[in-house]
Amino acid sequence: MMTVDVTGLAFDALNEKLRNSETEVTLTGCLGQRFIASGMKDKKITIHGIPGNALGAYLNGASITVNGNAQDAVGDTMNDGEIIIHGNIGDAAGYAMRGGKIYIQGNAGYRAGIHMKAYKEKIPLMIIGGSAGSFLGEYQAGGIIIVLGLGTNGKLVSNFPCTGMHGGKIYFRGEPPKSAFPHNICLRTATEDDMKCIQKQLAEYAAIFGIPQDTILNTPFTVATPDSKNPYQQMYVAN
Amino acid sequence: MNCIEGQVRIPSGCAIAAVISKDGNRMTGEKIVASMKPMHDRSNGLGGGFAAYGIYPEYKEFYALHMFFNDRTTRKECETFLKERFEIVKSEIMPTRKIPAITDEPVIWRYFVAPLKSQLHNLQLDEKEYVARTVMKINCEMPGSFVFSSGKNMGAFKAVGFPEDVGVFYKLDEYEGYSWTAHGRYPTNTPGWWGGAHPFTLLDYSIVHNGEISSYDANRRFIEMFGYKCTLQTDTEVITYIMDYLVRVQKLSLGEAASVIAAPFWSTIKHKTDLYDKQKHEYLRTVFPSLLITGPFSIVFGFNGGLMALNDRLKLRSMVVGEKNDKVFIASEEAAIRVMEPDAENIYAPAGGEPVIITVKEGAF
Repeated sequence: MMTVDVTGLAFDALNEKLRNSETEVTLTGCLGQRFIASGMKDKKITIHGIPGNALGAYLNGASITVNGNAQDAVGDTMNDGEIIIHGNIGDAAGYAMRGGKIYIQGNAGYRAGIHMKAYKEKIPLMIIGGSAGSFLGEYQAGGIIIVLGLGTNGKLVSNFPCTGMHGGKIYFRGEPPKSAFPHNICLRTATEDDMKCIQKQLAEYAAIFGIPQDTILNTPFTVATPDSKNPYQQMYVAN
Repeated sequence: MNCIEGQVRIPSGCAIAAVISKDGNRMTGEKIVASMKPMHDRSNGLGGGFAAYGIYPEYKEFYALHMFFNDRTTRKECETFLKERFEIVKSEIMPTRKIPAITDEPVIWRYFVAPLKSQLHNLQLDEKEYVARTVMKINCEMPGSFVFSSGKNMGAFKAVGFPEDVGVFYKLDEYEGYSWTAHGRYPTNTPGWWGGAHPFTLLDYSIVHNGEISSYDANRRFIEMFGYKCTLQTDTEVITYIMDYLVRVQKLSLGEAASVIAAPFWSTIKHKTDLYDKQKHEYLRTVFPSLLITGPFSIVFGFNGGLMALNDRLKLRSMVVGEKNDKVFIASEEAAIRVMEPDAENIYAPAGGEPVIITVKEGAF
């Protein structure tokens, strides 16, 4: 385990230091450097400070923990690994992610999970502890997003969730306002089977952030999925 | 370099930041300049600039004209014109530092002026309208002369270069203002030139903008009907004129102006439960449809005594707000706020179309 002070370092020099570091590394003095740990695997990185945009872009197996807030485009196109944010996260978190997981203690900005996708065993996961901004799961094609709404006075999501969603699943702890969703999104109370799918992940999330599991499970979940029988119906012409 | 918006494309983000003291405490420009450093990669060196409020207390009764001239002759000609319209109480070369990062500077000059009373009387105009029209006239009709700042007790400072260098160039460490805005430019579509750097100002209004206005031409055609001329070869200046038109001329509140330029979707208005609010939004969208600004933007609008930050309604650009004691901070990235105030509190990202308006206590500026 080593500690590297990255105060004032350019992002490329910072990543070079990361590549040359031991497996476990703590970064201090981080402030706004972009692309931290992009594409990396086999590293366990802890960050003190505010990492810049596109943290863990193309991440391929590494583990990143941020003790603070994160900015925009965290986990852009990540393939594998985990990103844990002890704070809030900016816009477009998990943009086009295709594997791995992002755990956020606080709120997410706009467009969380935009165009997430999945293939066979690659099922990306994002858990948002607070509420999500507008356009949650925009164009979502696969994967799982869970919004817990803890400490938000019941607020789960802002305007236009699931716009263009055509695959994957979003879980809400509680009931999001039905009127905010497009017509082709089905909302239903989570079944036991639905909950079984995320049991392990919720337990892991609860352990990381020190939240009693009962608190998370004390409210029934709602599941949003696209009605994919005819996803393009009336998008261009009636068919 | 004389192509206008739409005739040239430079493929490309920008960076914005701002700080204001609600108690009117004055700060030097050092921190706002430093705040641009972590966002260096958002600009490409083709424009940087700052607006500062409360910097000229000793001349606060006079309009401070900051001007670029191509050469000495254009300056002389323009001064003759200015003298016909204003009493010039002070004229001086803008103090700058020679630094390698900033080159090819025009002749930069600063005037403190008062409109001639006889002229105001003849034209039956109020002072602000008179100054605004004069600025338009110079910028349109006098090639080689540009007014880039024209408010009282405030000033814009801009150049081609990275913002952190522009701050050093203009010696912003020697000014003290209660509010500052900053911009790092990455031009999209239009050339990088001195007049094209942000902020864009008219009277004491200033705009720094990150984004690209899809509705530019529709907005321009509308606003030019009211005497504004878009001459600076970039989309942002139209936002300045729209704000001037809505706030100074039409006397809308800042919140109402925000509801015009970043109007909610009709579907969102339809679902509003507050009837007054619903009618207000319907009214504003109906009366000013041509002033809806579409496309991505995050802006900070500066004026004497305050700031307003606003995102486009879809929030296609980032913006974060934080505070500490009497100060409020705004920036494209939280990192920039942490440079100005490592212990900033209540950090949050305003929703698209949700204006954040901060005013200085009455009498404190």
